Amino acid sequence: MRSFLFAAVMALSMPLMSTPGLAVEPDEILKDPALEARAREVGKQLRCVVCQNQAIDDSNAELARDMRILVRDRIKQGDSNQEVVDYMVDRYGDYVLLDPPFKVSTLVLWVGPGVIALLGVVWVAMLFRRRKSDSGEGEVVSVGTQAAPLSEEERRRLDALLKEDQ
Amino acid sequence: MKRFLYIIPLLILLVVGGFSILQLKQVSGGKSVNVLPSVLINREVPPFDLAPIQGRDRGFSNKDLLGQVTIVNLFGSWCVACQAEHPFLMRIKEQNLVPIYGIDWREKDPAAGPKWLARYGDPYTLIGDDPNSKAAIAFGVTGAPESFIVDKKGVIRYKQIGPITPDVWDETLWPMIQQLRKEN
Repeated sequence: MRSFLFAAVMALSMPLMSTPGLAVEPDEILKDPALEARAREVGKQLRCVVCQNQAIDDSNAELARDMRILVRDRIKQGDSNQEVVDYMVDRYGDYVLLDPPFKVSTLVLWVGPGVIALLGVVWVAMLFRRRKSDSGEGEVVSVGTQAAPLSEEERRRLDALLKEDQ
Repeated sequence: MKRFLYIIPLLILLVVGGFSILQLKQVSGGKSVNVLPSVLINREVPPFDLAPIQGRDRGFSNKDLLGQVTIVNLFGSWCVACQAEHPFLMRIKEQNLVPIYGIDWREKDPAAGPKWLARYGDPYTLIGDDPNSKAAIAFGVTGAPESFIVDKKGVIRYKQIGPITPDVWDETLWPMIQQLRKEN
């Protein structure tokens, strides 16, 4: 049991312990640590366009490597971080950003999940309200029938039926 | 109301299935599915200046594309789909339909591109060597082959992801090229 618990804890904490492997290779790294730090900052934001959901800094794809080198070239030539990012967006579109900007074309992306969650909440709320009012009305109805006395005609029929049984 | 709820899963299935079939038909019909709509459409060709490949004396730059309608085609000797596309490019060249400018992308061995062209034929007017993806990234390319139709003013008008097939040529590229030739 204890070993099972241990394994479970290890397995569950695995994602917390793992960090994405940095794919930046030694020969790519800039001599100036300040510039290299900026290149890393930029590289974290850029998607490797051939691997769906990895930053270029984390990808071993050849195109990602070439993109990293280009980022460094542009930084060495004096581009600001934003200028380098803009250069890539200019060519690959917002897709190249791992954190897409908030604008009309990405509205659905950002607002969609919230709207769907809201609709869900409204739906559940409506369900609860209906159930409550249903049972409420039911009580009123049953109380009403219980309270209503039998008419003379009904009493006579009931008596007749009960006598039949005896 | 409850009955209606039971139909919902079926409706979802029909919608999803419908889109899948539609997409599948497009793909099997030879149309490439534009996964990444290019942001470069209707914008000028990004500036680049490529060195010649081994054994040639001229590469080409964005300025070489001015004054005529051209196709810029990205290829590599390592790229299987490029090989599939190649005979059709040769036909375009033989019939003298439109000048094709080649970007030889990411050859590990500088002799590989020229060797490949010697073997299969050379459909290109000029070829630039792009071992470090400089031009490929400038064109926003994700994979080879990709082709761009560039108008007389050097503006990118169309991006073809994947090989140029006879269908794509007849339906899209050739009509567009003829149209662009009429523009000033």
